[in-house]
Amino acid sequence: MCLGIPGRVIAITDPERLMGLVDVSGVRREVNLTCVVTGRPDAVVGCWVLVHVGFAMGIIDAEEARLTLAALAQLGEAEEEIAAMRHSARTLETAS
Amino acid sequence: MKYVDEFRDPILARHLIAHIEKLVPLAGGTEEKPIAIMEICGGHTHAIFRYGLDRLLPAGLEFLHGPGCPVCVLPMSRVDDCIEIAERKEVIFTTFGDAMRVPGTRKSLMQAKADGADIRMVYSPLDALALARKFPDRQVVFFGLGFETTMPATALTVLTAARDGVSNFFLFCNHILVPPPLRALLQDPQMRIDGFIGPGHVSMITGAKPYRFIAGEFGKPLVIAGFEPLDLLQSISMVLEQLAEGRAEIENQYARLVLEDGNPQAMAAIDTVFEPRDSFDWRGLGEIDHSGVKIRPAYAAYDAEQKFGVGYGAGKTAGREPDGCRCGDVIKGLAKPTACPKFGTECLPEQPLGALMVSSEGACAAYYQYGGVRQEAAE
Ligand code: SF4
Repeated sequence: MCLGIPGRVIAITDPERLMGLVDVSGVRREVNLTCVVTGRPDAVVGCWVLVHVGFAMGIIDAEEARLTLAALAQLGEAEEEIAAMRHSARTLETAS
Repeated sequence: MKYVDEFRDPILARHLIAHIEKLVPLAGGTEEKPIAIMEICGGHTHAIFRYGLDRLLPAGLEFLHGPGCPVCVLPMSRVDDCIEIAERKEVIFTTFGDAMRVPGTRKSLMQAKADGADIRMVYSPLDALALARKFPDRQVVFFGLGFETTMPATALTVLTAARDGVSNFFLFCNHILVPPPLRALLQDPQMRIDGFIGPGHVSMITGAKPYRFIAGEFGKPLVIAGFEPLDLLQSISMVLEQLAEGRAEIENQYARLVLEDGNPQAMAAIDTVFEPRDSFDWRGLGEIDHSGVKIRPAYAAYDAEQKFGVGYGAGKTAGREPDGCRCGDVIKGLAKPTACPKFGTECLPEQPLGALMVSSEGACAAYYQYGGVRQEAAE
């Protein structure tokens, strides 16, 4: 929850709400990009971002993303984060 | 040094450790009276134990584990409030998974869920908002928890709800701020802290400015750090260098992520939605002035506290801690987890009595998992 996880912006899905599709270690989810977009939303497509609870909080470079992912994996936090994302996606799909 | 080979760059790690060994006596640290460095962030606590940094470093240096694990400082009365809300028939209660096992006075959210309350774990407040859209007849409450890192996310979610006119989404705001408890700890006459390792991701949002009082008013160094082992080793040596040279400054080891002014969009979102509370209750630390935020009147329609009459809205007093536990002393760095009579006996990660045992970022859980009973039994 506190450390966040790096992901790569794949596409802008809702330019008005500044939402985009982000790939986090193979899991794709919609992420809010408000805190990292300063000009045109398109400009962040392809960038690595640090994602905290569904919000991109900072742009990082590819090397920093690699370092952070490795450190999170060693702490067991990457797995936890991705599991939480998957669980949430299922909750929304199957919710009744 | 069995752990060092695991590091990304063992040679650099050994070099940094040797440097720290040289600096400790220069900074005045001895085995009898070690230099006490407090890591504020629970992520750092976890990393220090995971990499065994507490054992790799000289005896003249001691780590105090600070209050930076939001789950650990959540008072029982707040958990009770959550359960009171969650047990209403019309409510879908959503929370980060971390909060599920925190003990309340009566039960945890996990137990309430087992008893039939509609409690759902979500990864993001956006998912709670999505549930509200999906179930317009239910009232969807999100348990907003965490420091400045998660605060922009809940603020932006409230703004989205307002903008899209979603009227069945409510935020139970329990967000807290990092600097106020540090001031409280520094003012505590029992406290001995020589310097701080500052949180990386919180600082990415807030910048370095909120920590200036630590150097300015209290004369203690603080170094903002990443959570990779080499980041931590480097930050520790930066704190020691300051101490050895008699300096007290706010330095930034994590400049590749943390900018001096933080993230302006995130700070603007926080400021739009939240305002400071007069005080907020911290488990183990008690009420601390201006240490939490609440929803501004302009967004009162989204405030679960007002909607359901719980929390500070209800003027309740703090719940007490379990008998015989030492959570408060551990949070303040006055006692090691092993000094608690419940540690590893009545209080275990699978069955936590105190909140410090719940998350891997809590000092007791980290100690238990990596440094505590298992290791001692093996030695
Ligand atoms: S062992 Fe359990 S009861 Fe004791 S201080 Fe730690 S969390 Fe609290």
